[in-house]
Amino acid sequence: MKDTTPTSDTASRRPTPAARGGRPRRRKLTFDRVTFFLAFLGVPLAIFVTFVLIPFVQAIYWGMTDWRGFSPDYTFVGFDNFTKMFQDDIFVKALRNVTLLAIFVPLVTLTLALGVAVAITLGGPSKGPVRGIRGASFYRIISFFPYVVPAIIVGLIWAQMYDPNAGLVNGVLTALGLDQFDTFAWLGETSSAMPALMFVIVWGLVGFYAVLFIAAIKGVPAELYEAARIDGAGRFRTTLSITLPAIRDTVQTAYVYLGIAALDAFVYVQAMLPNGGPDNSTLTISQRLFNVAFAKQQFGYATAMGVVLAVVTLVFAALVFLVNRLTGGGDSEGKTKAPGFRARRAAAKGGAQ
Amino acid sequence: MSAIAADRKSASDRKPTSDRKLTRAVVSSDRRFAAISHALLILWSVIVIVPMLWVLVSSFKSTGEILSSPFALPDHWRVENYAHAWTDASIGKYFLNSVIVVVCALFLVMLLGAMCAYILARFEFPGRRLIYYVMLAGLTFPVFLAIVPLFFQLQNFGLLNTRPGLILTYVAFALPFTMFFLYSFFRSLPHDVYEAALIDGAGDWRAFFQVMLPMARPGMAAVAIFNFLGLWNQFLLPVALNTDQDKWVLTQGMAAYASSQVYDIDYGALFAAIVITVVPVLIVYCIFQRRIAGSVSQGTFR
Repeated sequence: MKDTTPTSDTASRRPTPAARGGRPRRRKLTFDRVTFFLAFLGVPLAIFVTFVLIPFVQAIYWGMTDWRGFSPDYTFVGFDNFTKMFQDDIFVKALRNVTLLAIFVPLVTLTLALGVAVAITLGGPSKGPVRGIRGASFYRIISFFPYVVPAIIVGLIWAQMYDPNAGLVNGVLTALGLDQFDTFAWLGETSSAMPALMFVIVWGLVGFYAVLFIAAIKGVPAELYEAARIDGAGRFRTTLSITLPAIRDTVQTAYVYLGIAALDAFVYVQAMLPNGGPDNSTLTISQRLFNVAFAKQQFGYATAMGVVLAVVTLVFAALVFLVNRLTGGGDSEGKTKAPGFRARRAAAKGGAQ
Repeated sequence: MSAIAADRKSASDRKPTSDRKLTRAVVSSDRRFAAISHALLILWSVIVIVPMLWVLVSSFKSTGEILSSPFALPDHWRVENYAHAWTDASIGKYFLNSVIVVVCALFLVMLLGAMCAYILARFEFPGRRLIYYVMLAGLTFPVFLAIVPLFFQLQNFGLLNTRPGLILTYVAFALPFTMFFLYSFFRSLPHDVYEAALIDGAGDWRAFFQVMLPMARPGMAAVAIFNFLGLWNQFLLPVALNTDQDKWVLTQGMAAYASSQVYDIDYGALFAAIVITVVPVLIVYCIFQRRIAGSVSQGTFR
């Protein structure tokens, strides 16, 4: 075990050749040091391996068995679960639904979040340097609000909002003279259930990504804006030519994580459409998986669904990276960006959800 | 990061761009931009606030009032809805469970995450990169892949439907996020102070707890807030792994209460329960909202 600091050795204060050369060197393995490493690295890793890594690895094997859980015996069935899955109309429908979610939720959320972030940071007075809008912090606080509300509560609030008779949505629409919505069941019609669900997810998430983008925009060097002003660029032009290219990688990271969140969407659908919606029009893979596992006890089959969900997630992430790369974004600055990216990725995920 | 900060400082020191250089067309387009910005933000604020206000007002109404007139204020403000939600719907009990589980998990994950990040960030040893990438994978894969094996893993340990089991699972799944956020933080801390501590005779343990950890406090605070929100709002893990009704957490209890409402409708109490659930997080948010915005930018630029 070595220390990254070349000069931090205390066992001997004499400069050794290694220290002079600035290279890390070996330190004595004292009892103190061994217990230190065991506790600091061993304990967290043990918990991580036991409750995250092993289940992930087990899932891949169990996905290829017909295991039903409470009996100890099972047979290895290879890819049978997967062929069965793709012949199952309900699962295929769930796959289609989550694909729709992964396409539209990030698109709408990020467009809105960018709109809010740009308006807050660049919508200020037209004279002088580019400045934030009046009341920026108020708008920022308000738009972040839904993100701190537990997602299950967001779902419950909107389930009430969409209520055909007593909900506020129909109340507002009829007050505006749209009488056809008097008793319209937003979550009960195949045509409207999915868009209504998407709207709620967007409502819950926009604030976080708006704040993320505000931070990214504030990190754009002010010189760039100043130069653009001197060249006679207005706010619209500045946004398109300076702001958007500058925060491109943040947008990409946000896109990946929003897509992953949308592919899951479990909390929202459980709160609003626990039975998969009208004609399974909002059923998600996660909901199907949960049902097959914990209601029908087909654990092998359910785990196989988890594997498919993971593969879909990885394919989605790869697609986003590919598109960004092909359209000219990505690693132009090379390796120096890597640590920043990790942290951004962690930040874009926004906590331990 | 420091380069950007320096850029911004030097830019703000300079005089603003002279307005004479801007054409009239640019100024008027800027005005349009500002007007559109305001309109957009006001519209969005209304869409955010109105549902919350509606829930708040409805929580003081009777079921009849809610069903007949969604817009109107209540005849008299029924505070008793809150008492019903707290006791009849057991929201009080679930609230306490949530507090216990989240506080324990938060403390553990902050401690273990900081320790792990510290080792990975500041020591060179074989397997370091492997551990780093394995944890990165843990951050990327969906929890749903693991949920069934996790269920049986907890059962094997006798931890299913127990608070310690739920706490450990929370810790395990929040660990990668915590580690990655703090990793960059520990990397950026200066070496001199650490060396000084060692020269003064501190061992590795004391150097961490008395010197390095206090120096990482801003980063710790930011991660703690995000972890608090994430864990308090956690739904999937408790629903799958904690089915004993006496140990339900708030999100679980709320979902169950809302679905039971279909047969036994007391909308006023339902809305009151929603308010009870939301208010604590809103208070935490309002106190710490500056730090949240700041930590997002830290995570972005580091």
